[in-house]
Amino acid sequence: MSSALADDLGRAQATTGDPILTVDDISVEYATKQGNVRAVDHVSFDLGRGEFIGIVGESGCGKSTLLFAIAQLLSPPAGIVGGSVVFKGVSMVGMTDSQLAAVRWKDLSVVMQSAMNALNPVKSIRAQFADAMRAHGVKSKTEIADRSAHVLKMVGIDAEHLRSYPHQLSGGMRQRAMIAMALLFTPDLVIMDEPTSALDVVAQRSLMVQIKELQAELGFSIIFVTHDMSLVRHFSDRVMVMYAGQVAELGVTSRVFGAPLHPYTIGLMDAFPSIKGPRVPLTGIPGQPPNLLAAPEGCMFAPRCPKVMEACKTVDPPLYLVEGTEVRCLLYEDGIAP
Amino acid sequence: MSEPTVQPTTGQPVKLRKSSRRQARAASARDSTALLLRTDGLTRHFKIGGGLHRRTLHAVDDVNLNIGTGEIVALVGESGSGKSTIARLLARTYRPTAGEIYLQGRRLSEIRSRTDLLAYRSDVPMVFQDPFSSINPVFRVSHGIERCLKLHRPELNGAERRAEAIRIFDVVGLTPGADVLERFPHELSGGQRQRVGFAQALAMRPKLILADEPVSMLDVSIRIGLLNLMTKLRDEEGVSILYITHDIASARYIADRIIVMYAGHIAESGPVEDVLTRPRHPYTQLLVSAVPDPRAELNVGADTDRGEPPRVIDPTPGCRFRWRCPLAIDVCHQVTPPLLELLPDHSAACHVATANEELKAFV
Repeated sequence: MSSALADDLGRAQATTGDPILTVDDISVEYATKQGNVRAVDHVSFDLGRGEFIGIVGESGCGKSTLLFAIAQLLSPPAGIVGGSVVFKGVSMVGMTDSQLAAVRWKDLSVVMQSAMNALNPVKSIRAQFADAMRAHGVKSKTEIADRSAHVLKMVGIDAEHLRSYPHQLSGGMRQRAMIAMALLFTPDLVIMDEPTSALDVVAQRSLMVQIKELQAELGFSIIFVTHDMSLVRHFSDRVMVMYAGQVAELGVTSRVFGAPLHPYTIGLMDAFPSIKGPRVPLTGIPGQPPNLLAAPEGCMFAPRCPKVMEACKTVDPPLYLVEGTEVRCLLYEDGIAP
Repeated sequence: MSEPTVQPTTGQPVKLRKSSRRQARAASARDSTALLLRTDGLTRHFKIGGGLHRRTLHAVDDVNLNIGTGEIVALVGESGSGKSTIARLLARTYRPTAGEIYLQGRRLSEIRSRTDLLAYRSDVPMVFQDPFSSINPVFRVSHGIERCLKLHRPELNGAERRAEAIRIFDVVGLTPGADVLERFPHELSGGQRQRVGFAQALAMRPKLILADEPVSMLDVSIRIGLLNLMTKLRDEEGVSILYITHDIASARYIADRIIVMYAGHIAESGPVEDVLTRPRHPYTQLLVSAVPDPRAELNVGADTDRGEPPRVIDPTPGCRFRWRCPLAIDVCHQVTPPLLELLPDHSAACHVATANEELKAFV
């Protein structure tokens, strides 16, 4: 156990040495009739080359918005109101569309949640792959055909299916085809927004294993967004738990799962029934996430927190560094675990 | 169309028969042969394509399942395995192609009159997957539940209906009931809306609630609350629940028995703990091994299954799992394995498991 932990720490340090992506203090707001809603609130993290970071949280916690902010896919009424995103040394915020077009797909690609909606239903897989390649200046027909067949084979689909239309593929195959498309140019960063949420457990595990194998082979970095914490347990290097637009906890995966610090993370862990071991009654987390239009004063989690203190209701907790893990909770004010 | 015109002449005797049946049913419930609902060879096919392309999709084939009184039965399987089709057959939105459903010994196919159908629907209501689209957004939530009460329990007057609605809202954890009843669905969170769904089902004093993926759209921190509510309904209200899910861990958390479906057939059924700790069918072993468990080490080998379930179109005899099964033998390709009781109350449909005590297809 301890040696595995040391391994993980070593890897995390090695990968954070040379960040490919630096997200610094980014905030995103949605303009609504009732006022501005801050969906992402001062989030910062680095992503190393070849690193796999999992971002987990419940719906409405800002995880998808954060992802869109990184990929510069936000459109009004949402907008970045502060902070920066530096990808391979270049600031992404404020790039023009044509500048972004050069980066997208080639260096950074996004795999969306629902492959059925992300793929064009009236075009074959081949046509959609070719479209993406032509848009980035690949003219040669043989090159397009070869590369399309190659990436499809990489994700374990027969090249035969280039002729297929999305509805002819199963859910798992569609999701793999999306990943194949994201790998057309061997990008440095692949952003995945719940790619497995529409799949059953067997297909889900097989896809996760495949993603991990491709990553080992091609060396890209992954930002993986999911609401299912258990999914990233075995696949991510680090995990970031978000709550109400903020980072609640960010640390090495084995640490966060082995000894979660934030009461919200602890609650999330206890919200999953296990398939092994004794059947124990679970309680989940009472209440519901705050309405961001009328965010509570002090800690966002205080109204639901089992360990709430008087100070939590007034003091907005900063991120404390506890043995390498960042945690936003006043319990760790002295920098040590209580 | 013809029903209303026939009704006046036959209406009276039917009603009499129904009330006597009610009494008989109540009596049989008292001496409690634990069995509540039983299906016998339940089958549902769908025609797809037309002309020369006409084919038959076998969504559910020859399913025999039992649900006892005050029992939670989990029905698990991949998407397309036929579990939702079973729910719709039991809810009588589909008619079976073949086979029969018995509720407390009474054949469902015998239901002719609207009153009988209404009585069945109040005995076996359904809770839907999506709490955001299953409640009418233009009415206060009191509208739905009071309509249920008006329709299914006409003996209550307005004030009694309101009191009953408040009582039920308290039972499902929507407190204070009087206040929540006056809200519109958009004022409620997903978990609260799903509780409204259970409240509406409960208003009919049901025997069996069909819950089709009731928690899959909810946030993880909310899910446990709903699962706990289902066990509470079983323990305190004596309701049986058919819990349809693809989440095996949650099935283990609340269910008494589990039924594993694969491609329209029951692969394995039995007490939940037995089935999950000693799965006999290779498919159950695969499912159990694929559940992500943050508390355990990951084990993925080169032989990790990457197959996908078949769409069962015009199937030939034989086990439907044979193409993915590492243990398949000749007979699997020719004979459809019957569901046999291999251990007490624990059945599996597998030729290999029948012969071999300790088979392990996926660890």
